Amino acid sequence: MCLAIPGQVVELFPDQPHAALIDVVGVRRKVDLGLLLDNLPVKGDWVLIHVGFAMSKISEEDALDQMRTLRMLGEAEAAMQEVQGYGLDNAENTKAS
Amino acid sequence: MKFVDEFRDPEVITRTSEEIRRLADPKRHYRIMEVCGGHTHAIYRFGLKDLLPSNIELIHGPGCPVCVLPMGRIDDGLSIAKQPNVIFAAFGDMMRVPGTQGSPLEHKARGMDVRIVYSPSDALKLAQTNPDKHVMFFAIGFETTAPSTALTLLRAGTQGIHNFSVFCNHVTIIPAIRAILDSPDMRIDAFIGPGHVSTVIGCRPYEWIAKNENKPVAVSGFEPLDILQSIVMVLRQLKADEAKIENQYKRVVPWEGNHAALRAMADVFELRPYFEWRGLGFISQSALRIRESYAEWDAEQRFHIPGVRVTDPKAAQCGEVLKGVLKPHQCKLFGKECTPEHPVGALMVSSEGSCAAYFNYEHRKMAMVTSIASVV
Repeated sequence: MCLAIPGQVVELFPDQPHAALIDVVGVRRKVDLGLLLDNLPVKGDWVLIHVGFAMSKISEEDALDQMRTLRMLGEAEAAMQEVQGYGLDNAENTKAS
Repeated sequence: MKFVDEFRDPEVITRTSEEIRRLADPKRHYRIMEVCGGHTHAIYRFGLKDLLPSNIELIHGPGCPVCVLPMGRIDDGLSIAKQPNVIFAAFGDMMRVPGTQGSPLEHKARGMDVRIVYSPSDALKLAQTNPDKHVMFFAIGFETTAPSTALTLLRAGTQGIHNFSVFCNHVTIIPAIRAILDSPDMRIDAFIGPGHVSTVIGCRPYEWIAKNENKPVAVSGFEPLDILQSIVMVLRQLKADEAKIENQYKRVVPWEGNHAALRAMADVFELRPYFEWRGLGFISQSALRIRESYAEWDAEQRFHIPGVRVTDPKAAQCGEVLKGVLKPHQCKLFGKECTPEHPVGALMVSSEGSCAAYFNYEHRKMAMVTSIASVV
């Protein structure tokens, strides 16, 4: 459970400074940016996500590496299941996926 | 033997493996502990043991949150959910962890309202969409996960969501390492430090391990090459008779950690005087509890908790395996009564538990070799 999932920020919400829409291999979910308050990402940035919260900003290269690591570890499916599971009743989620 | 060409950069892997062989003194036996369960999983999955000389022994550490949780805490959490109108919400990892009366999943089959969530904030949403119920989030995890629970509690406060509470089982990694170093039957030469915990706490909290205990630490990423490079780092230090903290996972781990995450944790949590760890016993100041100012969202203050202490099944030797005194297959129940399909102990439940990792990769491999040999 300590593996982190890489994703790219595709949309920020002016009315919700703590949230961003993140794309993880085509699946889009809203994640919480509260742990990156000191260094908020902008659109296009890559982040590592853990249990629905972006926990660090990373480079695109490292994001692709991390996805490959998850695949190598046999965790990619579980990671995608986790991302798909974010946001139980979130209307944006159903739209985006 | 794992085929090296399965790796992303086989040549570098081979060179690093050779470097390890050059650095390891053949007259010496090395015991290197990987603290994090994610590393344990990677080590078995990639068969990294096969790339190391036989005098390097990897000891699997306590960094698997579900594995170190005493059974009594699962019973306590489930006892809250037995009360009317309570929804038990937890990560998928928790669902198959056995309590004395069965796992959360088995309780669900008996009618308990048990929900899997992938984020603590989704447990909070569950409370918003079920205003006539109380949602209790069973929180587990080290410093990687604790900040997310902390932020969720802060949001519950600012949004005034009152039908929500957290049963807090968050633990901290440093006191567990200290307990291992203090244990008389443990002799560890160096540590592979946890990667994602360190994105939050940074590298400074490990400095005492080098300064006071004279043991090298390399904070490591999760790719095979990351782990092998971390082994090179600690072997180089041991050879030079040095002890310092090195950050192999610089691409993700900042030396100073994540201040926003640490602030959120400090706002909501305080250290418990002591907490029981499966296999390691009571460790002082090793876990987090919710501060008085957030008592309204603290399941332990809001509900009556039986606080029962449950001893592990006698034959299961989870404690010895957790401390690295026994290898998983040396436990009497391993692969017989206790399998990933029917786990008796928590180490067999999580893919990060050393028993499940050993079973899924080593044991199945051995079973295949034996059956092929019997056919031939």
